[in-house]
Amino acid sequence: MTEFLRLDLAALLAAVLACLACGLIGNLLLLTRQSLLGDAISHAVLPGIVLGFWASGSRAAPPLVAGAMAAAVTAALLIALVRRLTRLEPGAAMGVVFSGMFALGLVLIEVTGARAVDLDVDCVLYGQLEALIWPAAEGLGSLLDPAALAEFPAEVKTLAAILALTLGLLALLWKELRLVAFDPDFARTIGFAPRLVSVLVLVLVSAACVAAFWAVGSILVIAALVAPAAIARLLTNDYAAQFAISALAAVAMGGGGYWAAVLVPDALGLGHGLNAAGMMAVVAGLLLAGACLLGPFGPAGRARRRAAVAVGPVRVPAPAAE
Amino acid sequence: MSGSPASGASLPLPVPALSVRHLSVAYNDQPALWDVTWESPPSGLVAIVGPNGAGKSTLLKAVLGLVPRLSGEVRAFGRPIAEVRRRVGYLPQRASVDWDFPATALQVVAMGRYPRVGWIRPLPRAERERARAALAEVGMAAYADRQIGQLSGGQQQRVFLARALALEADLYLMDEPFAGVDAATERAIIEVLQRLAREGRTVIAVHHDLATAPQYFAHVLLLNVRAIAAGPMATTFTPENLARTYGGRLSLLEQAVAAALGGGVPVGGATPGGPERR
Repeated sequence: MTEFLRLDLAALLAAVLACLACGLIGNLLLLTRQSLLGDAISHAVLPGIVLGFWASGSRAAPPLVAGAMAAAVTAALLIALVRRLTRLEPGAAMGVVFSGMFALGLVLIEVTGARAVDLDVDCVLYGQLEALIWPAAEGLGSLLDPAALAEFPAEVKTLAAILALTLGLLALLWKELRLVAFDPDFARTIGFAPRLVSVLVLVLVSAACVAAFWAVGSILVIAALVAPAAIARLLTNDYAAQFAISALAAVAMGGGGYWAAVLVPDALGLGHGLNAAGMMAVVAGLLLAGACLLGPFGPAGRARRRAAVAVGPVRVPAPAAE
Repeated sequence: MSGSPASGASLPLPVPALSVRHLSVAYNDQPALWDVTWESPPSGLVAIVGPNGAGKSTLLKAVLGLVPRLSGEVRAFGRPIAEVRRRVGYLPQRASVDWDFPATALQVVAMGRYPRVGWIRPLPRAERERARAALAEVGMAAYADRQIGQLSGGQQQRVFLARALALEADLYLMDEPFAGVDAATERAIIEVLQRLAREGRTVIAVHHDLATAPQYFAHVLLLNVRAIAAGPMATTFTPENLARTYGGRLSLLEQAVAAALGGGVPVGGATPGGPERR
């Protein structure tokens, strides 16, 4: 147990919290058909994170989050600017900006010397869950021991704070977010500023990106943003259920991915684990495939509806007439 | 518009529900509306008629501030439109939103009550019941909990109409309320519009069907980038005016040239040096 607490608990929590923060806010991207904006922002925040790291000299959250927010807003403004100046289609403008900013981030990692510490390309791409350990743990009692908890990895606390922020804003602006996501023009005519709400969503997306950056790495953030919402959309037509199911899917993705990557190989005595971020995306993909095939809108659902129609009262009298 | 009674000299002149002066809008340097000056009647049903690309939807959006105006002034009930926002209701084109969105008919209609609820506060039960009543007014009470994607086009249009009704506005701007609906829905919608008119409200609707326009609407604005003609349906909806509205861009160019040369002045007062058209 102590070994699990020391080596796995923080990483497992980080994976689940990151997937939850991304998965919840991902609903708003999916429902407004801009899931790729999440991809763009998850890449575009990299230079902000590197500069925040470089300026503060530490991996403490506030400067990194501030840098990521600044980069996300810069990216959004640049995308709008490129669209206005060039009349490129939105996807092209987005692609130019986010790949450019991601590349800038990679260059900055080299130039600022961040690479020498522990912000290298591998960690950008794959995350660094395995770095999250809790050596102070001594059995279950440590979970209640303030001194031991103070040693708990700060990244996990940051993730918890970002998730709390996301949940708080989702709860406060529940009806406003739905209104603006469904019909921004109408929202504007009745005095609910859709641009203000969109900026708030953008801030939450960039916060979630920073959150997930540590856990799953920049590339797989898109999976954490899109997959839980997509799984939920395949299973329900209800707005509240969409968020609830996506939360469950996010927990399954983060927890299940970590379990499959680290705990299962351990138990089998394989000696070395798999990449946790990769397994999370694999789990998300499997869940998505399952929802696709077995959900109410997939082939299984259609077959169930056909069966229900076949035994309905309309068709029963026909054979009876023979 | 209509002449005021001679005896009522002390009566205040009825204020037009909507007036626009010298309104111009352009998309990417292409004028969509040019120097439109128009006053609606104080109440009743008004059709905006014109060919595709005439700027009919743009006029509604420019009035509501959804697209930027190059120039011009918009007043509702004699006051700047920003001051009377609560009295103005918008019914967007049905195709402007994603009907696959996971929301029920009632949830969409309830959005019409949001201005009365304000930010952050959850929708009170009483407001939800007002939304339900608005759904019932368009004959959709039985579909309150149906996801909007599971509704037919006509039913979706009724949901939008119910949301507009839930606003309880005095001036409605409706973008093609009859587009792509079945006959039963068309009758249901026109009944609601006629009731609004009887209550002294104003409905200004973009309308495509020239055959039903004179039957449904008392007033008309003929629009083709410029205001071609406006007034009571009987005197304005004439073959000559329609020919001028739908006559193609060439005749517009000729009019603009004539105006620039000091010839005839088209309705709405063309600005010399207006946009060049091909």
